[in-house]
Amino acid sequence: MSDVSGTTPDLDLDARLAEILQRIPYARFLGVRAELAGDEMTAVLPFSQHLIGNPSLPAIHGGVIGAFMEMTAVAQLGLSQLSSATGLVRQPRTIDVTIEYLRSGRPRTTFARATIKREGRRIANVQVEAWQDTRAAPIAALHGHFLLGAKDEA
Amino acid sequence: MTRPVDMMRQLAPQVLMASPHAAAIGMEVVSIDPAEAVLRVRFRPDLVGDPDTGVIAGGVVTALLDHTCGQSVMSALESYQPIATLDLRIDYMRPAGPGLDIFCHAHCYKVTRSVAFVRAQAYDLDREDPVATAQAAFMINANRAMSPAETVARALGHEPDGAKDGAKG
Repeated sequence: MSDVSGTTPDLDLDARLAEILQRIPYARFLGVRAELAGDEMTAVLPFSQHLIGNPSLPAIHGGVIGAFMEMTAVAQLGLSQLSSATGLVRQPRTIDVTIEYLRSGRPRTTFARATIKREGRRIANVQVEAWQDTRAAPIAALHGHFLLGAKDEA
Repeated sequence: MTRPVDMMRQLAPQVLMASPHAAAIGMEVVSIDPAEAVLRVRFRPDLVGDPDTGVIAGGVVTALLDHTCGQSVMSALESYQPIATLDLRIDYMRPAGPGLDIFCHAHCYKVTRSVAFVRAQAYDLDREDPVATAQAAFMINANRAMSPAETVARALGHEPDGAKDGAKG
């Protein structure tokens, strides 16, 4: 990874990612955090009562899981831009997402990781998986297209 | 026999409050009809997704779409059955207007024995100019849990008399 900012990249990225998430009111509302291991990011959603959709299971709201995975994709793209020469121009915008629900989200911490399948000049294609106890048994998957903040576009 | 839609019309706020996340983001029922639901989330500063624009987060729209779709499925069913989202495809047409409430209209246009199909639009001012549209599929009789609607119905003595059929054990 090239160090364009002249500071230690890993520490810098970690702090900047935390700062970006901290600036998003809705990310604070859900309680989303992110952990970095090199350029690999794991998004973390600690369980909280206000995330429950159906208390009789109980299960985390499907919309929360979808929102969490979407945020993971956007954060991964932001990270990719932060570590590129141009830096983060603008928060990537979601064009479309397809969410598959595989298992109900139980009342415990949820994790997610995003893979950027293709990052073009304007569009990125990203896949995300969310899991709880076992990464090999994901509770949901998302794939989506995102509009990147090219400098010449508003 | 009380259909879910009749109970949901009478007790819409209670049904929403029975879902902690729906309550947490302040969802409100605008209308419930057979196989159709309109819900709203009022703008709140803590639900903003992009602090530079002051627009409500895409995730709130996702949760609202998912929930409204689910309500339209419940209101299409003849008896209380647990449902679960199988998949949800969302197209984001445009950002919502800064500081605006978001509405969602969902129509469950087909119910088979096991699956329900739904289309939905999320909008701020005009349903013809949506912020996002969604297509979803729900599994019916997905598990043994009670939906929030059934929980409320039972708690208030609207004992559903249509016995659940289908998958057991």
